Amino acid sequence: MARAPKAAEQSAGRPNIDRDELLKFYREMLLIRRFEERAGQLYGMGLIGGFCHLYIGQEAVAVGMQEVAKKGDQIITGYRDHGHMLAAGMDPKEVMAELTGRAGGSSKGKGGSMHMFSIEAGFFGGHGIVGGQVALGTGLAFADWYRANGNVSFTYFGDGAANQGQVYESFNMAQLWKLPVVYVIENNHYAMGTSIERASATTELYMRGASFGIPGEQVDGMDVYAVKDAGARAAEHARSGQGPFILEMKTYRYRGHSMSDPAKYRTKEEVDEVKKTKDPIDLVKTLIAQAGIDDAQVKKIDDEVKAIVLEAVEFAQTSPEPDPSELYTEVYVEA
Amino acid sequence: MTDILMPALSPTMEEGALAKWHVKPGDTISAGQVIAEIETDKATMEVEAVDEGEVAEILVPEGTQGVKVNTPIARLKGGEGAAPKAPAAQPAQASGEPEKQAPEAAPSAAAVPAKPAVELKDPEIPAGAKLVKTTVRDALRDAMAEEMRRDGDVFLMGEEVAQYQGAYKVSRELLQEFGDKRVIDTPITEYGFAGVGVGAAMAGLKPIVEFMTFNFAMQAIDHIINSAAKTLYMSGGQIRSSIVFRGPNGAAARVGAQHSQDYSSWYAHVPGLKVVAPYDAADAKGLLKAAIRDPNPVVFLEHEMMYGIEFDVPEVEDWIVPIGKAKVRREGTDVTITAHSRMVGLALKAAEALAAEGISAEVIDLRTLRPLDTDTIVASVKKTNRLVTVEEGWGPHGVGAEVAMRVVEQAFDYLDAQPVRVHGEDVPMPYAANLEALTLPTVDKVVAAVKAVTYR
Repeated sequence: MARAPKAAEQSAGRPNIDRDELLKFYREMLLIRRFEERAGQLYGMGLIGGFCHLYIGQEAVAVGMQEVAKKGDQIITGYRDHGHMLAAGMDPKEVMAELTGRAGGSSKGKGGSMHMFSIEAGFFGGHGIVGGQVALGTGLAFADWYRANGNVSFTYFGDGAANQGQVYESFNMAQLWKLPVVYVIENNHYAMGTSIERASATTELYMRGASFGIPGEQVDGMDVYAVKDAGARAAEHARSGQGPFILEMKTYRYRGHSMSDPAKYRTKEEVDEVKKTKDPIDLVKTLIAQAGIDDAQVKKIDDEVKAIVLEAVEFAQTSPEPDPSELYTEVYVEA
Repeated sequence: MTDILMPALSPTMEEGALAKWHVKPGDTISAGQVIAEIETDKATMEVEAVDEGEVAEILVPEGTQGVKVNTPIARLKGGEGAAPKAPAAQPAQASGEPEKQAPEAAPSAAAVPAKPAVELKDPEIPAGAKLVKTTVRDALRDAMAEEMRRDGDVFLMGEEVAQYQGAYKVSRELLQEFGDKRVIDTPITEYGFAGVGVGAAMAGLKPIVEFMTFNFAMQAIDHIINSAAKTLYMSGGQIRSSIVFRGPNGAAARVGAQHSQDYSSWYAHVPGLKVVAPYDAADAKGLLKAAIRDPNPVVFLEHEMMYGIEFDVPEVEDWIVPIGKAKVRREGTDVTITAHSRMVGLALKAAEALAAEGISAEVIDLRTLRPLDTDTIVASVKKTNRLVTVEEGWGPHGVGAEVAMRVVEQAFDYLDAQPVRVHGEDVPMPYAANLEALTLPTVDKVVAAVKAVTYR
């Protein structure tokens, strides 16, 4: 039932690559990376406050999974959420302006980095309590099941959240009621400063559903094609009424847990090795070169992405802070 | 030219030491490249370049201590993507000074939840309407059944709600009428199913989540508060949670400390929640129907000791009692007694006993704890000039403390005596029959409190 990845499913050298899709993957992953680099810079300037968890290194997961989502499907994740929002199609301007706490932000400046939402994009947050989104995402799947609408809830969490009790309460109900949910575990190897080996009695997270009879699969989360293929299988399983599916994405975050984490719990060599040999964007760039795509096309995407991000940065600084009258609005829905 | 600025690397950093440069003038750098190391009071952090270009000049040499955040530390040649400009007047702490941002509002009691535009009134009971003796238990069941008939998005989930017909038989016969897709037995997994309920509500369904008792909801309180109560605000008004969390609250009988606790003040403390605690069957029905229709999360506190008690319930279509409106249960002139849930019965008995001694007590059933109907309480105290609050829960930071403070804020000059609180004793609930009896409020305690404030 649960299985580790086969070598054949991984990495480069694929025949018949769709050039448009390849460039789309490049563009979307690059957007996340450039966006996050600028977010880090704005944080350094004091324009973003509090906590700010960057997604750099993990781009292939959100981008590859988004490729298998259909209209009406739901996405929900924890606090490392900027990448998922951009992949889901939320406006980078609104996301960046939320980071700076401005009226033009997607939550009008009231949510911040960890709390953004978009019904239109099917993005249900953005949750700050580790593991909380797992039960909520299972509830989104419950609504799909209740309405029999053929939609799926993509519920993301990390290797740290995988040890929370409510994850297993959710697994149990999801399989008991055959809810259409794909649990995507982004195993970036470190729960803040604690490596998975130091925190987890079993480190093969794709097997964590085994005692509930939930199938799981381990995936090279640095390879956007491996992510997409596994995502398609998992989504089909859930969509066809067979219940939940667990995908363990082996990935890596380049930056610290949040902006204030120097990440001294791992060696520089370890980080450099991943950047050099496993970078998800470099992989796609290699495929682009192999496909014989013109450098000018790549440069054009680079320039477009840069312009989008700079526009977002500009908006995030010029959008005003929320009006003080917003303090007491939206505490309740007025009946 | 693009300036590279001294970055803030934690929520509180204002300055740091520039420990090391990894680049020198003339080097070409790219986005993501480590260019320097900075020491904060907590750690040494690497600084990555965001802009690409050639290093023109190092402005702050390595080894410099106390470099203020946002000071230019190096300069890049060219670089089309100029670094974002720091706004001139923006402080490093984006949060600013809270006292300057807070609106100049009246004291908090006046500013907290917006007052409804229309006056809240109980429905009129038409002349000739039949009054039907109904237990609180059946009134709650009828409310759920009526709302489930009316709206296909309403469903009930919880432990033993379906096949067992409810641990306290509140959901009796609902499975038979609505089937197992809308009346759902959950595993014993409060944290999990509360989260599933809130997730379903975020997707637009209208769950009724039953806790076998609110004691067990402690495991779920994270989702009630962090997920249900806060998300509307955090999403800028986008994500609603129309959901009811209901079940028995407070002390049953002889079940010990972990099964006998009143959570009224816990939930009533939280913005984003509405909190309802009815006394009789008509209110139980009318307020539960209102709670199910409310677009906000509602915590609906029932009382096990009231389930079997019969009251008159008017037989009218759509009996809905508005949330946020207290009810004057008995009119009086000498003292105001406030109470909610089962304690209303004690307050009414106390008023009866006091009448025999020539003291006229007005009894207010709070019914809703959030938003609290301050107007009704204050109007009463302005008439009686005295206040006694009654609640089953612990006194410190409790409902009575809040009621008394609002009266002090809004009717201080009308008070002829200091308000007195009657509440559960400040101990975990003991098991022994005599000690348990000593712990809970009694009619005698209420009478004694009234005598104290009326100087009898």
